[in-house]
Amino acid sequence: MAFPHRPDAPELPDFSMLKRLARDQLIYLLEQQHEVDKLYKVENKPALSSNEQLCFLVRPRIKNMRYIANLVNADKLAGRTRKYKVIFSPQKFYACEMVLEEEGIYGDVSCDEWAFSLLPLDVDLLSMELPEFFRDYFLEGDQRWINTVAQALHLLSTLYGPFPNSYGIGRCAKMSYELWRKLEEEEDGETKGRRPEIGHTFLLDRDTDFVTALCSQVVYEGLVDDTFRIKCGSVDFGPEVTSSDKSLKVLLNAEDKVFSEIRNEHFSNVFGFLSQKARNLQAQYDRRRGMDIKQMKNFVSQELKGLKQEHRLLSLHIGACESIMKKKTKQDFQELIKTEHALLEGFSIRESTSYIEEHIDRQVSPIESLRLMCLLSITENGLIPKDYRSLKTQYLQSYGPEHLLTFSNLRRAGLLTEQAPGDTLTAVESKVSKLVTDKAAGKITDAFSSLAKRSNFRAISKKLNLIPRVDGEYDLKVPRDMAYVFSGAYVPLSCRIIEQVLERRSWQGLDEVVRLLNCSEFAFTDMTKEDKASSESLRLILVVFLGGCTFSEISALRFLGREKGYRFIFLTTAVTNSARLMEAMSEVKA
Amino acid sequence: MNRTKGDEEEYWNSSKFKAFTFDDEDDELSQLKESKRAVNSLRDFVDDDDDDDDLERVSWSGEPVGSISWSIKETAGNSGSTHEGREQLKSRNSFSSYAQLPKPTSTYSLSSFFRGRTRPGSFQSLSDALSDTPAKSYAPELGRPKGEYRDYSNDWSPSDTVRRLRKGKVCSLERFRSLQDKLQLLEEAVSMHDGNVITAVLIFLKRTLCKEILFRELEVRQVALRHLIHFLKEIGDQKLLLDLFRYLDRTEELALSHYREHLNIQDPEKRKEFLKTCIGLPFSAEDSAHIQDHYTLLERQIIIEGTFSSPINLKKTFKIPDKQYVLTALAARAKLRAWHDVDALFTTKNWLGYTKKRAPIGFHRVVEILHKNSAPVQILQEYVNLVEDVDTKLNLATKFKCHDVVIDTYRDLKDRQQLLAYRSKVDKGSAEEEKIDALLSSPQIRWKN
Repeated sequence: MAFPHRPDAPELPDFSMLKRLARDQLIYLLEQQHEVDKLYKVENKPALSSNEQLCFLVRPRIKNMRYIANLVNADKLAGRTRKYKVIFSPQKFYACEMVLEEEGIYGDVSCDEWAFSLLPLDVDLLSMELPEFFRDYFLEGDQRWINTVAQALHLLSTLYGPFPNSYGIGRCAKMSYELWRKLEEEEDGETKGRRPEIGHTFLLDRDTDFVTALCSQVVYEGLVDDTFRIKCGSVDFGPEVTSSDKSLKVLLNAEDKVFSEIRNEHFSNVFGFLSQKARNLQAQYDRRRGMDIKQMKNFVSQELKGLKQEHRLLSLHIGACESIMKKKTKQDFQELIKTEHALLEGFSIRESTSYIEEHIDRQVSPIESLRLMCLLSITENGLIPKDYRSLKTQYLQSYGPEHLLTFSNLRRAGLLTEQAPGDTLTAVESKVSKLVTDKAAGKITDAFSSLAKRSNFRAISKKLNLIPRVDGEYDLKVPRDMAYVFSGAYVPLSCRIIEQVLERRSWQGLDEVVRLLNCSEFAFTDMTKEDKASSESLRLILVVFLGGCTFSEISALRFLGREKGYRFIFLTTAVTNSARLMEAMSEVKA
Repeated sequence: MNRTKGDEEEYWNSSKFKAFTFDDEDDELSQLKESKRAVNSLRDFVDDDDDDDDLERVSWSGEPVGSISWSIKETAGNSGSTHEGREQLKSRNSFSSYAQLPKPTSTYSLSSFFRGRTRPGSFQSLSDALSDTPAKSYAPELGRPKGEYRDYSNDWSPSDTVRRLRKGKVCSLERFRSLQDKLQLLEEAVSMHDGNVITAVLIFLKRTLCKEILFRELEVRQVALRHLIHFLKEIGDQKLLLDLFRYLDRTEELALSHYREHLNIQDPEKRKEFLKTCIGLPFSAEDSAHIQDHYTLLERQIIIEGTFSSPINLKKTFKIPDKQYVLTALAARAKLRAWHDVDALFTTKNWLGYTKKRAPIGFHRVVEILHKNSAPVQILQEYVNLVEDVDTKLNLATKFKCHDVVIDTYRDLKDRQQLLAYRSKVDKGSAEEEKIDALLSSPQIRWKN
């Protein structure tokens, strides 16, 4: 359990500095105001405060601006004068200012920015806490957060030295990287002469691998996230977990000694581990029998507190496990996983399709049904038209007709598509483009683009060996590859790509994979000529997930790190999972 | 336009100054010190407006704003608002009057004196900082006094303008008047990838170009086009959005966009009326049918008491597939423990009037659903018996303890061994055990083992 790192594994940089920076900055911003006495959540209702000044700490979104405008204008109407301050985090957008101006409150509110874009959720995990990144970019094609990403990279490189080797895949990855380089150039010399701490940087777009994010998670941390939703590194355990009448908010990170030992484990190992741990704990408690007074005094003053703490954590995680088990048994988890594995491996497609159909008809869960359909679509390069139509119709009848907007979104994002005869398409396309002007051809290509962008999962899976050949049982206790995070059935594509590129230190030999990923123009390598990087730093790797990463991917890469003597640092726009991705695409009443 | 080093530096100083003065707690202080070191290790990237840093901040207590606007604001006095300086934007509001004046020395604040003292030796003076400024970018501005170069601000090239916008600075776009200039600006913004700046330029173009020209130019600039569409969605400019889709001939998106509006209508009657207007829109053929259904559904919901709403009738109207209908009805009836209705659901009559049990979802699923809804064993048994595949039947019967079915099946299979094994699973002295014993000793059965 909890495999140790290799002795030569590099130390992680200290990210607590980021937290302090952000905190001090915020304190400073608030200090400028006089007496911020209470924090309210920005909701669309009148502010209760009778204070003479209001300060809003908001994400730069139009709807927040409208809310503030309503409030200010209501005050004005009532003849009330207050001072208003809006602090945008992580940055202000011009569109927001435009709204303030249009609403006639531009001068009445003053604006500021809190450049807080990196929250260290754990020793190796930095989150930008921008769940909206996914929809904004991958659905709407809005690049508003690219600058934020570039700034975050810039901050990291100023704090932890230049990045000597960079790789990336995906359109957004490439743009973020270019903008970041631009920033570095503009502030030339910033990191010059400094020794790099982080030897490799890898940027990856979420849409190069939707499959992994759509799978049910079975490592403990992922499962906890799927079941209870981890928010900002902490989770609310309800009464069913705490076995009391209260809910408990629990921080989940490396500091929780029990959690840190089970977080990366396949769920089937967790119970055994926890009960072993409980026995050890009991034995330690039992030691107090037969102690003399002095020993007892020592025990109470030194060990008891730690034991109690451990006891508390242990009972929490046992409670969580029980609750997970109960929920999973109820929803026929076994059968669900079986279907997922069949989809990943590409057999029994008909059975899987009717399983999904039944899932929809029984109205099990709108999000789950959607997820399974997307998984079917991506692994099969789109649904055959007959299935697409029939599943869609049943979905709308089960969960509401307004979801046809959701289907339109999913199609645009390439998550749920209808199969088209690919070869004839390109033939038609090229024929047409010969006949008409460039402009019109561009239009046609665009119209076809969602169809043209095939996921090619099966071919990629073959090329990269994502489905391990297993003789006999896959021993989940002693994982042999990253596939253990999906019960040995599938190596996460994103992690495999990273592994392959790090091994080669380039994309060489991966051309076919890159082409199949539709990323021929968006795979890049950038190595600095002078190599000042120590061998230790060369084993420290920053992975940047644009559009979110899952705990399963984190666990898989942590495993890879232990195998190869690397340490990974994760920077993600947000921690995500299948449900969050689907919700981001859903279109329902507010 | 993230916080620049200059701001952080400044922030640090005023913040620490306060901590230093009023807060003696060592812990805090040392933490702050560490932060400061971190901040200082970020090299000073000083903006050309760095000297503004030394102005006293006038925050809340300052005069309320006159009119400032970043770029996109008309008026001839615009040169004033092009004055860069986030400080003014941020907190000092009496901006226009300030901007016209050369900076008076009296605005140097008390805290700016302290600043020198509280800074450690590594303090970079203003001139240090300036000399570090990349000369290439700001060269034309450096030599001139502030008041003067402000007048030249209108000469910024598209790339300078975009860079300034990227850094969140005030920057006039008014000088980009010819279409060519506007498009160059847009292309420059797109080439930098920063969506915020692209949108800023689009807001300007939207205001200064008629929509036909704007649409025409965006049609061949897909990245910018996507930004405009998202922007229009976000600010809720539905009219222009629909015009745009119409222009682009994206009929389906046009229809969907219009349809989306119904989500904001609360009143069911109004909602229904709105949906009626959607029916003729150019949806795809299948979506047209869904929209029609949606309308009909709302109509039904409003007159739900009527006879039109029997389940069978609904099934017909909405062409609900058998499977879906059965699953929904089964779950609903089972929850109410209405076993007769469940029975009726699966009973079909053939043309001779014989009844037959048929389940489009397979009886094994029926059994599972019934079990989930805690149906009694007698009911379960009935349906387990209808499962055709013998292995499945045995599995289900064993799982749900339908002993009679298990026993009868083994008898029919003439599997003595299995029956014997099953005997140990039933309660001692129960009717089931008796039944097994009777079978085992029956001379009429030719056991296969």
